[in-house]
Amino acid sequence: MPHDGHDHDHTEPPSDIALRVKSLESLLIDKGLIDPAAVDAMIDRYEHQVGPQNGKKVVARAWTDPAYLQWLRDDPVAAIGDFGFNGRRGEKIVAVENGPKVHNLVVCTLCSCYPWNVLGLPPVWYKSAPYRSRAVSDPRGVMAEFGTTLADDVEVRVWDSTAEMRYLVLPERPAGTDGWSAEQLEKLITRNSMIGVEKAKSPADVKDDA
Amino acid sequence: MDNVHDMGGMQAFGPVNAEPEDKEPVFHADWERHAFAVTMLSGFLGKWNIDMSRHARESQNPINYLRNTYYENWLAGTQTLLVDAGLVSPKEMASGKAEGSAGIKAPDAQTALDSVRGAGGPIDASAPVNAAFAVGDRVRVRTFHPEGHTRAPRYVRGRVGVIDRCHGRHIFPDTHSNAHVEDHPLYSVRFDATELWGPQGDASSVVYADLWEPYLERA
Repeated sequence: MPHDGHDHDHTEPPSDIALRVKSLESLLIDKGLIDPAAVDAMIDRYEHQVGPQNGKKVVARAWTDPAYLQWLRDDPVAAIGDFGFNGRRGEKIVAVENGPKVHNLVVCTLCSCYPWNVLGLPPVWYKSAPYRSRAVSDPRGVMAEFGTTLADDVEVRVWDSTAEMRYLVLPERPAGTDGWSAEQLEKLITRNSMIGVEKAKSPADVKDDA
Repeated sequence: MDNVHDMGGMQAFGPVNAEPEDKEPVFHADWERHAFAVTMLSGFLGKWNIDMSRHARESQNPINYLRNTYYENWLAGTQTLLVDAGLVSPKEMASGKAEGSAGIKAPDAQTALDSVRGAGGPIDASAPVNAAFAVGDRVRVRTFHPEGHTRAPRYVRGRVGVIDRCHGRHIFPDTHSNAHVEDHPLYSVRFDATELWGPQGDASSVVYADLWEPYLERA
């Protein structure tokens, strides 16, 4: 949206793109190709129902339940489906595990492929040219821009989502969380840690919210 | 098609300018919500598949592709597909005025939700895999310059990697983008960063790409 920075005491005129979208939607409704109630339903689902809260549940359970972790390794679609998180752009999914000497990072250099069923729609930066161009050629530099630095002896594995396979990063469980419940651990898991640009938060990061 | 959507390894786009995760809305303007929904629902009419959608977006003039925001590129692709499929005439698209019903039943809200809760279009095939390559085999990505859609990024073409796993037989995007359904073995191929980027590659980084068998030859 155009934004010129000054204070407005009038209604912002709709931008050209807003008019074009409105015009196309009206045209498709008039032609009987789109149901306005379906438009609202789609927006609600992807704005409010599906999001990283799904992936957090998967990761927290994998951290606390060894049998679930093994299931996630052996049959990730079924293990994730156990939560009911099935659906589009997650039909084929692999969980890639971080460890002391391995860190995984997910990108789609060709477009914006992303595991919608566990993370929702991707953030703007994930779809942006700077990320798509450099995640494969300079992953450590990209992660540094998120404040993430890894030791030189940690192998960085970059997953370019060039097919319909989707990748969910399983971050390392933070130290100092022995005995935490899955619900407590979910607070340490971020969307960015499940893409791989960051690690999970440490207990100290969330102390104030506890 | 070798166009600017194939961004892996390009330089000079600058730093990743991420909004803080807890501050970023799913949509940044109301029109984005509608561009998203209109694109998804148009797809549910069943006249095109995911690879045709991608091809429509990435066939734009590269100057437009880079200048557009993400959902502007979605909108451009959707408009192209609607006209190419004959659902909307060029005249209607230009004027925004409908000249009669398309004669198709639009999916209602429940049908649309059922559609996204379930799987999308077919992805793989149950036929015996018959993989030409085994885990651990060294393969070179073929050099080619496709006029149509492909999912073999430029930065891996001509490079040697190692088969890490086989995902089974998946529908081949290069022909699926022409509405033709054929399946081939799909592999996760691991490349050393130094193989991809030479001396500028990080010696402790590897890149995995999912590549179909026709893209590969034994190395």
